[in-house]
Amino acid sequence: MTDQGSYYVPEQSKLPLGAALGMGTMGFGAAMWVIDGQSATVFFVGLAILAIVMYKWWGIVIEENMNGMVSNQLKHSYVLGMLWFIFSEVMFFAAFFGALFYVRVLVNPWLGGEAAITLFDDTPTDASTANAELLYPGYEATWPPLVTPDQAANGESAKFVGPDQAMSFPGFSSWQRILAWLPLWNTIILLTSSYTVNIAHHAIKEGDRKTFTRWLGITVLLGIVFLFLQAEEYIEAYQHMGLTLDSGIYGTTFFLLTGFHGAHVTLGTIMLLVSFLRGLRGHFKDNDHFGFEAAAWYWHFVDVVWVGLFLIVYVFD
Amino acid sequence: MAHGPSENFFTRWFFSTNHKDIGTLYLWFSFAMFLLGGAFAMIIRAELFQPGMQLIKPEFFNQMTTMHGLVMVFGAIMPAFVGLANWLIPMMIGAPDMALPRMNNLSFWILPFAFAILVSTLFMEGGGPNFGWTFYAPLSTTYAPDTVNYFIFGVHLMGASSIMGSINIIATVMNMRAPGMTYMKMPLFVWTWLITAFLLVAVMPVLAGAVTMMLMDINFGTSFFDAAGGGDPVLFQHVFWFFGHPEVYIIILPAFGVVSQIIPTFSRKPLFGYSSMVYATAAIAFLSFIVWAHHMFTVGMPIAGELYFMYATMLIAVPTGVKVFNWITTMYKGSITYETPMLFCIAFVILFTFGGFTGMMLSIAAADTQYHDTYFVVAHFHYVMVAGAVFSGTAAIYYWLPKWCGRMYDETMGKVQFWLAFIAFNITFMPQHFLGLAGMPRRYSDYGLQFADWNMVSSIGAFMYGGAQLLFLFNVIRTIGWGKPVEDPKVWEGADGLEWTLPTPPPFHTFSTPPVLK
Repeated sequence: MTDQGSYYVPEQSKLPLGAALGMGTMGFGAAMWVIDGQSATVFFVGLAILAIVMYKWWGIVIEENMNGMVSNQLKHSYVLGMLWFIFSEVMFFAAFFGALFYVRVLVNPWLGGEAAITLFDDTPTDASTANAELLYPGYEATWPPLVTPDQAANGESAKFVGPDQAMSFPGFSSWQRILAWLPLWNTIILLTSSYTVNIAHHAIKEGDRKTFTRWLGITVLLGIVFLFLQAEEYIEAYQHMGLTLDSGIYGTTFFLLTGFHGAHVTLGTIMLLVSFLRGLRGHFKDNDHFGFEAAAWYWHFVDVVWVGLFLIVYVFD
Repeated sequence: MAHGPSENFFTRWFFSTNHKDIGTLYLWFSFAMFLLGGAFAMIIRAELFQPGMQLIKPEFFNQMTTMHGLVMVFGAIMPAFVGLANWLIPMMIGAPDMALPRMNNLSFWILPFAFAILVSTLFMEGGGPNFGWTFYAPLSTTYAPDTVNYFIFGVHLMGASSIMGSINIIATVMNMRAPGMTYMKMPLFVWTWLITAFLLVAVMPVLAGAVTMMLMDINFGTSFFDAAGGGDPVLFQHVFWFFGHPEVYIIILPAFGVVSQIIPTFSRKPLFGYSSMVYATAAIAFLSFIVWAHHMFTVGMPIAGELYFMYATMLIAVPTGVKVFNWITTMYKGSITYETPMLFCIAFVILFTFGGFTGMMLSIAAADTQYHDTYFVVAHFHYVMVAGAVFSGTAAIYYWLPKWCGRMYDETMGKVQFWLAFIAFNITFMPQHFLGLAGMPRRYSDYGLQFADWNMVSSIGAFMYGGAQLLFLFNVIRTIGWGKPVEDPKVWEGADGLEWTLPTPPPFHTFSTPPVLK
């Protein structure tokens, strides 16, 4: 705790109220949007307000820093803010990973007739078999489930129709199939990008701006390629694999986990892109580059989430 | 840095970056929501005054129970403690302000928008949320009115507000303490808030996850909570209570903090067992993450799960017991005087302990099969929410308001309010234990004749309790406007802590240069 006594308490500001107005408008507009037959205009008005406010807000924070108003103590507040924000993001993903574990480990076998008496002995009992037969007769618990319980019981009239195939690891049968498997490429791309952003980080710490911008630029490009491939994979899923949001719990967990991850990659890419542009303008110094560092931490976080996703959703399914 | 508040009303209250003004905004907003949620409760109790349907339709009754819970938890109690945190934490740790003053104002201003969205659903086609404050699927998904989407985004906004507010509190406590203010010297209110803020950052995103899953199931064809697609409605309960159980400690831990500040003052003794209080708070926070399914004993979990959640839940009584014993031991052989805040705190210790004991009854899985979803549960959580959180919040206002505005409240009126609230509270909620044990289910708009007597008693108590709050409001306004001036920085003879070293009332900016603690 250095610089005690010179903590910068900013003047009154219109920005927080503006941001709240933008968020409130977005929330109201989003609800209008998803309820049938109403337009998305209000949502986008809110988004525009929020975007303008955020642009101005961060502009002011950057300006304050450039003018030397930000003490080391205040900088540490920003560091803490970012770390705890990332922690909250971890917990957001934990909700969806938790849902996946619960469904895979417990619910799916129960729907197939396993007993739920103890966690240690799940041998089907007369009651559990009868239960499963009564609810969704013919449902066999496998993962990934290509046939939903609904489909097993109701055939053609089912609301949830399982996918034709899953996104699973194709196995070691042929190299061509492994090389054509997009998730592997996405993993390589993201891991590489974590490495490149690290090079940029080390470069700026040594004050080497040229290396910094070069490797940061490469990282941004890798992020964009990742998003492009992810979109490609979704098109593939929808058009050729019959894997959609409607195809039962597999499609549900697959799209929500990868979708939220993709949204976070988008956000991370934007953050890195802003850092790149700020780097070109010479905003960062060897001992003062937290705007970039925060983006880099965020990038490592989305990378770690992806490794979890790759192992749990794709490889070991 | 400006030296005083802005002359312009709008600039001062809408564009503020001052922790005291933002704290005031939080507190007034919270009280407005308290009255709104209270009005909903009055409607509920008026309908339940007699058996049969008198005043409102069952559909509207469901909206009232739901909105009462949501408004009280997210609109009244949580913002009240954030308001106290804003006012007190910087003054208690010797900081000039909150760590991130602009984000502080954003955290507040999201709330009016969030609640405008939530409350506006009452006037929309299909009505407001009617699925209970716990919004279990499929009631909140398959069978919900369209307005559930407004509810979902309202919850998202409240979550964003809470997360930003908590990050701010954590950054303040970790980074802004005056030199010498080590962690183990922090006032207990600061400690409890640090741990509460950690809980909030950990579980509000899980709540966001839960409502996002609902949103997807309702509008985009996913099947998180639909067994037909391979999901499970019980999944909702697991995700919700993973948020919901820590949430009840989010509400009560700052209340513990307040009581731990006030009891030593009026006992004229330092808090007994300070470090054990800190460890107990941390232990409660840890346990809160691993006990969630005790809310779901009747849902059909494996026996192993029932047993685990039962025993884990009972463990909570250990650190909570440590706290109760410490409060009592603080009072033991103290020179106690019974000013209004102290009365509320003593009532807190007694009634919260009572609510804790009914919690122990509920934690027994086999017994809970009988109590589950009855008025016994309603009585239990009102003992900890009202006699716990609301009583301590009221105590906090009486205790610190003279410090904040430099004027003393009317002691007689305060005592009258206390006894009115204390008696009315028990008339309202004690009979609900009997109703629940006799089998009256919660959330019903009508009931069998055998429940008539105690329901009428409960309703009479509720109206009295509502009246006591109006007296509280009157006393607060009277104090701020016309109370007898106080000049002593300490206000209370036995008060201890940095906030009492400041002038009364404290200037707009305090501790611009930090004090040094030995």
